Amino acid sequence: MADYKGTVHEHSKRIMGAWYDTLAQAAKTGAPSAYIMITGNCVEILRAFDIAPIFPEVNALQLAIRKQSLPLILKSEEMGYSSDNCAYVKADVGYTMEGGIGKDAKIPTPNLIVCNFVGCNVYIKWFEHSAEFLKAPLFMIDVPFLREKEPSKEDITYVVAQLKELIATCEKITGKKFDIDRLREVCALSRRAEEGWARAKDLCKNRPAPFDAYFDSINMMGPINVLRGSTDAADFFDAAVQEFEADVAAKRGPLPEEKFRLVIEGPPPYPYYRSFRDLFAAWGAVAVQSTYSTVGGIWEWGYRHDPERPLESIAEHMIVHNLCNRSLLERYSQIRRYVEEWKADALVIHSIKSCRLFSAGQGDMRDYFVGERHVPTLLVESDLEDPRYYAHAQMKNRIDAFFESLEHRRIVSMSV
Amino acid sequence: MGARTNSPHRRRIEVPLTAMAIAHPPILSRCREVLAGGPTEAARRWKGPAIGCFPVYSPVEIFHAAGALPIGIFGAGGSVELTHADARFQSFVCSIAKSTLELAFQKRLEGIGGMVFHSICDVARNLASVYRRNFPDLFIDYIHFPQNPTSSGSLDYTSAELERVRRNISVWLERKITDDALRESIRAYNRSRALMRRLYQMREESPERVNSVEAYQLVRAGTLLPPQEHVELLEAALADLERRAVKRMDRIRVIVEGAFCEQPPMGLIEVIERAGCYVIDDDFVAGWRWFANDVAETGDPIRALAGAYCRQSRPSSVRHDMTRPRHEDLAKRVREKNAQAVIFAPAKFCEPALFDYVLFRRVCEREKIPHLLLEFEEKMWTFERARNEIETFAESLLFE
Ligand code: SF4
Ligand code: SF4
Repeated sequence: MADYKGTVHEHSKRIMGAWYDTLAQAAKTGAPSAYIMITGNCVEILRAFDIAPIFPEVNALQLAIRKQSLPLILKSEEMGYSSDNCAYVKADVGYTMEGGIGKDAKIPTPNLIVCNFVGCNVYIKWFEHSAEFLKAPLFMIDVPFLREKEPSKEDITYVVAQLKELIATCEKITGKKFDIDRLREVCALSRRAEEGWARAKDLCKNRPAPFDAYFDSINMMGPINVLRGSTDAADFFDAAVQEFEADVAAKRGPLPEEKFRLVIEGPPPYPYYRSFRDLFAAWGAVAVQSTYSTVGGIWEWGYRHDPERPLESIAEHMIVHNLCNRSLLERYSQIRRYVEEWKADALVIHSIKSCRLFSAGQGDMRDYFVGERHVPTLLVESDLEDPRYYAHAQMKNRIDAFFESLEHRRIVSMSV
Repeated sequence: MGARTNSPHRRRIEVPLTAMAIAHPPILSRCREVLAGGPTEAARRWKGPAIGCFPVYSPVEIFHAAGALPIGIFGAGGSVELTHADARFQSFVCSIAKSTLELAFQKRLEGIGGMVFHSICDVARNLASVYRRNFPDLFIDYIHFPQNPTSSGSLDYTSAELERVRRNISVWLERKITDDALRESIRAYNRSRALMRRLYQMREESPERVNSVEAYQLVRAGTLLPPQEHVELLEAALADLERRAVKRMDRIRVIVEGAFCEQPPMGLIEVIERAGCYVIDDDFVAGWRWFANDVAETGDPIRALAGAYCRQSRPSSVRHDMTRPRHEDLAKRVREKNAQAVIFAPAKFCEPALFDYVLFRRVCEREKIPHLLLEFEEKMWTFERARNEIETFAESLLFE
C-alpha cells in the first residue's frame, strides 16, 4: 500500500530518537529522571530542572507498534491484572517486570513519579503501581475536572499550589534552586511549538489536507507532548509548517486523491496501525481532524503557554485545554466544530476497549451525531494495545460498507 | 462470573443461616419493605424534592439541608432489561452504569429531580454527560473530590467544591441552604453513620449475632430513608440483635473487599455466609459509611465536611491517599480484626476494583493471607459455582 513517510516523519523520528538516547544515557549515569503522563502534562517544570521526562504511555504504544505487547500483557494478567484493565498499563507493567527499566536497561528507574491526574482515573492506579514496583516516590497532581464552563479561581489556585509543591520536590531531587526565568524560557519554547501545531492543524482545512490529521498527527504528538518546551520541538514545528504550506500551495495531500474528509475520534489500534490506515486509504479517505491528537492539549483554539504567567498558564493547560479533562459533551462540541469548520463528510469513532475515558458512552455520541446532527457516523471497536481485540476481516467489512454507502449517497445527491 | 481458587477438591456442606431463622420480624421486615419500594417509593414517601446519588461518597448533608432527600442509586440490580443503555455503553462497561442509565430511559426514577455523580472513575464521569444530554429536565452535577489530600491546597479546594455544589443545589431548588441547616444535617447523618459503625463493630465481635444479609439490608435502607428514620431503624435493630440468643458456628472470618460501587446481588452476599464464612467487614455501600468518625458539628459546616473528606475518609479504591496505601491498610485490617481470609468481590469491568486487586493480592501473598477472587455482575442468577468455590476455600482453611 501507500508509503506514508515524508520529511516530517523522518524529522520526528530523529528528535524522538534523541530523547530515547537521553533516557538510555540517564539509565547509565543516574542523571535525574521522572515518570509523567501525556495528558495535559506539566513537562515544562521537569525541563526547567533538566529532569529527563519518561512517558510510560509512549513506551507502551511503541511496544504495540512493534508488535511486542501481547506477551507483556499476558505476563501482567498472570500477576492478577484483569482482561478488562487498560492494556497500556499491562504492557508497561509487563515490560517493567521483564527488566525493561533500570540501570542496565534503556529506560532509567525514575527518581520521581509525577502523576498528573488529568481526567484519566487509570493514571492514578498506573502510577501507584509503578511507584510500588519501582520503589520510587510518587507525587500526585490532582487536577480538578472541568465541570463548569470555566474553571473556578479555586481550581487554578489548587493546581498552582501543587505545582509549587512539585517544584520544591524537584529542588530536593536535583539539588538545584528553582529558576523562574528558566521556566519562562521553556514556556516560550512551548508556545512556539504550539503555534506551529495549531497552524499545521489549521492547514488541514484546505482541500486536499496536507497531512492526515489522525494517522500523521501521531508523528507530531511526540514532539508536542513529550518534547514541548525544547528547541528541538519548536524547530520541528517551524519546519513542519513550512513543508505543509508548500504542500497546500502545490495541492499535495497524503494520498493521490482526497475523496472523503473524515473526523476520527478515539485512539488508533497501534498493533495494527498500518493495516488500519490502509483500510481508509483504499477509499481515498483522509482525516482532516481528530480528537486523539488533542489528548495532550487543544491548541487550535488559541491557548498557549504564557512566559509572563508560567505557573498559572500551566495550570490552565492542565485543567481546561486538553481533551481528557473535559466532559464527553465538550467532546461532542469539539467534534461538531471539527466537522463544520474542517468540512468533513463523516465521523469515524474508533472505540477502544482499554480506554473507558474515551469509549464509555460512545454509543451515545453516535446517537447524537446521527440523530441530531445528521453526520454519517461509523463506530468500530478494537484496542490500542491488545492485539487480541482486532478482527481484521470484520473491520474491513464495516469500513468498506460505510464508504460504499457514503459513495452511494454522494452519487444520489449529485443526481438530484 | 468468574472465581479462582487453588484448591482442587469439592465437597458440599450445608450451613444453615441460623441468625436468619431467628430474626426479629418487625424491624427487619420494615427494612425489607423499604428496600422493596426502592428509590421511587422513597421519593414518594418523602413528599419533597429528591436527588439521586450515584456511588460512591456523596455530600448528602448538602442535599438534605436544602430539604431534598438524598437517595442512593445503585443501578437496577438486574431488575430491568436493557433496551436503551446497551446502545450507549459498550459491552465492556460495568452493569451499574448501564442499568442506572436505563432506569431513567424507562422512567423509573419518578420523583427524583436530579442526579449527582462523582470523580470515582472514567465511566461514572462519562455517564454524567450522557445523563445530561438525554435528560435535560433533570438537575445533573458532577463533583470532583480531591485525589491529593495531603497538598496544602486540598482543604480550600474541597471547601470551594462543596460550596459550588451548595450554590448549584440552591439555584436548582430555589432555596437558601443555611449553615444552621447544614449543621443539623451533619448531626443527623453523623448519628446514622455512628450506628452503622456500631453494627459493624458487632459483626466483628460477634458475627453470629447478625448475618450478612441483615447487616447489608440495614445499611442499604439508609440510602432510601431520611436519616432520622434510618437512626430509628438502626437503634431498634441493634437493641434486638443485642438480645438475640445465638450460637457461634464453625465458620471462617473473612473481609469482603471490592464492591464499593456496584452492589453484589443479595444472593451472592447470602451464599458467602452459607458457604461457611462470617463476613466481619466489607465495603458494601461504602459511600454512605464513608467517615471513620463524626464530622465536626460546630464551626463552618462546609469546611467541616471538606476536612472530613480530606482527613476522615475510609481508605477506598476511588480515593488516592499516599499517606495510607490501601493494600497496606487491608493487611492491617486483617490483622486487627483477626480475619482469616479476604474475599475479593469486584464488579465485572470495574476498573478501580480490578486494578486494586493486583496490589491487594501481592500484599496478601506477602502476609500469607488466604484470598479468593469472585467477580460478580448485576444479572447473576445462580450462585452454585460461587458457592462451590467459597465452600472449598472455607473448608481448606477450617481443616488446615
Ligand atoms: S484508560 Fe485511556 S487515557 Fe487512561 S491510561 Fe488507559 S489508554 Fe490512557
Ligand atoms: S462499578 Fe466501578 S467502573 Fe462501574 S461506575 Fe462504579 S466504580 Fe466505576
